[in-house]
Amino acid sequence: MAGKPTEPVDLTGAMVTDVPALADWLVVAPVVICLLGGAFLLAQRKNTAIQGRTAVGVLALLVVAAVGLLSHVLNSGPIVMTMGRWLPPFGITFAVDILGAVMVLVAAIVSFFCGLYALTEIDTQHRRYGFFPFLVLLMAGVCGAFLTGDIFNLYVWFEVLLIASFGLLILGNEKAQLDGAVKYAFLNLIATTLFLIATAYLYGLVGTLNMADIAVRVAELPDGAPINTIAALYLLAFAMKAAAFPVFSWLPAAYHTPRIVVSAVFAGLLTKVGVYALLRTLVMLMPASLAVFTDILAWIAGATMLLGVLGALAQSDIRRTMGYLVVSGIGSMLAGIALASDLGLMGAIMYAVHSMIVMTALYMTCGLMIHQAGSHDLRRLGGLYARDPFLSAIFLILAFAIAGLPPFSGFWPKLTLIQASLAGGNGWLAGAILVTGFLTTIAVGRIWIMSFWRGGPVGTPDGESIAITDMPMTDPADRRDMLFPIIGLTILVIALGFLPRPYLNIAAGGAGGLLYSDAYVESVLGKDSTEADIGEEIGTDADGPDANSTEESQSGDGS
Amino acid sequence: MEVALAALIGIFFVTAVYLMLSPHVIRILLGVAVLGNAVNLLIFTSGRLTREVPPIVPDGMIVADPSIANPLPQALVLTAIVISFSFFAFLLTLAYRAFQELGTDDTDTMRIAEPADEAAPPTGY
Repeated sequence: MAGKPTEPVDLTGAMVTDVPALADWLVVAPVVICLLGGAFLLAQRKNTAIQGRTAVGVLALLVVAAVGLLSHVLNSGPIVMTMGRWLPPFGITFAVDILGAVMVLVAAIVSFFCGLYALTEIDTQHRRYGFFPFLVLLMAGVCGAFLTGDIFNLYVWFEVLLIASFGLLILGNEKAQLDGAVKYAFLNLIATTLFLIATAYLYGLVGTLNMADIAVRVAELPDGAPINTIAALYLLAFAMKAAAFPVFSWLPAAYHTPRIVVSAVFAGLLTKVGVYALLRTLVMLMPASLAVFTDILAWIAGATMLLGVLGALAQSDIRRTMGYLVVSGIGSMLAGIALASDLGLMGAIMYAVHSMIVMTALYMTCGLMIHQAGSHDLRRLGGLYARDPFLSAIFLILAFAIAGLPPFSGFWPKLTLIQASLAGGNGWLAGAILVTGFLTTIAVGRIWIMSFWRGGPVGTPDGESIAITDMPMTDPADRRDMLFPIIGLTILVIALGFLPRPYLNIAAGGAGGLLYSDAYVESVLGKDSTEADIGEEIGTDADGPDANSTEESQSGDGS
Repeated sequence: MEVALAALIGIFFVTAVYLMLSPHVIRILLGVAVLGNAVNLLIFTSGRLTREVPPIVPDGMIVADPSIANPLPQALVLTAIVISFSFFAFLLTLAYRAFQELGTDDTDTMRIAEPADEAAPPTGY
């Protein structure tokens, strides 16, 4: 700011003068916890004895912070904090509404259970490669993406989580991992570059990067502004991140190659960040453009869910089946976004929450199955019921949940989505969701029948059972430690199925916050400041990009 | 000035897309490098081009004059350069390691993770 040092400058027009309330610091708490925890773990990379427990402790702290954040948001509406005290839209804003808070909470819970599972699954060698620092830093990126209110900052968090996921994916340096990583890395990098291209055009058009400010300015654009082109670029970039048809090929190529707990984390978190970004940009920032793309998005959704589940049916490697089921689930979420109604978005949010929990639990269960049976091939699996009846019950519950059968967590989102499709006049989309559910039942039911129910591998006569003798029993202590996180997630699946009321209410609140973003915009830009008087007050030039603060670069470099 | 830069950016994008369509990892890498620079120029151009007026608010003014340079795209480009540089370093290492392990840089023949001749899953017991 200008002025001689002796003259006090009036900063009230540009700077936040109040100290934020203590509870509002919760907005940045998840990112701070993960970054500090990740830095500490990185410093202790060689000290494998303490790494695992420290990481689980950090992730437990993250869960506590996320619970606090969600309850605070539910009580008092969106919370905002701006870096460097610059008033929005100048500083980088962290803004969280119900959707962001609930995604952070579910991601935190999932990562906590993955951390617990990794205590057994990840051996000393992989700890030395840095599994736990990567996991915690991945969570920093995921939480940052859910919490930020600045579109360029969202890009930065995407890159943070992407580079951490590269590290996790190639942990161990096996041939298949390197092969999968080549496809994963190049295609994801191209997707984030497309995101950056779209952001550059958007900045050129509206002259701001703050999401609340973008929402206001996009609504005021004159006719003929190329906003639909920008929305199409965002759609392509985030559809690629979310693994939607026809750009999902990187996911089945890579997700079965790393350690199973890495696959579990990826399946739970990464694609859902893409879906979240689609919700944020298309639904909240560019609703008019979303309306233009409704039909094409509905077709993409239908193709994604059907081709995903057909891919799952065609695999005999159970880990690859799971990868295709992740893709299929993305289709259901996209269906909700395509409908863009209260009910549709509510279904999409519920499905995202359900899919994060169930897909992680399913991958973990597959991991234990592979431990117990020594194979991941449907032709060679068999007789697991005799060895571990309890695991077979867990798998059956998760199979019902992913197929959308009552009374588990998958039932309510599918019901909501079908209701929304019928209400939106999209009968065929409802049909596609039902057919997908049916085919999913076959895909997971086949895994259950072949690995648990039949007596042994292919060729075992009916009624006989061949004991799995060539595989040593999993150490009972290991089995217990691996089973505990699976049980934790399964309890959540059952609870969401039987007590759906809070789940429905929170999803409805999240959908409402996206569709009627006034509360979000108000909490970021201030109660009574409409777009016009902000522009006059600070003297920005509304036609072109304005001279914003350099705060953007500072946070960007820091990340 | 904008028109000239727009044409240059267009050439960069075309080159990048052409290179990335190749099945050979080394060409894809070159394409990614060109793509990163195309995006950086794009951000720079979309933030208004001005000459030789540094982005400092002069004495006696509270807000910047629209004629001065816009510092924000420069900050964005700086961030994007740092990120694309580190990613490119990772990709180079990954491509080299993949070449060592798999013995090819042709993505069409990289079929370890997804074998081409895998049998269909069993249809019965």
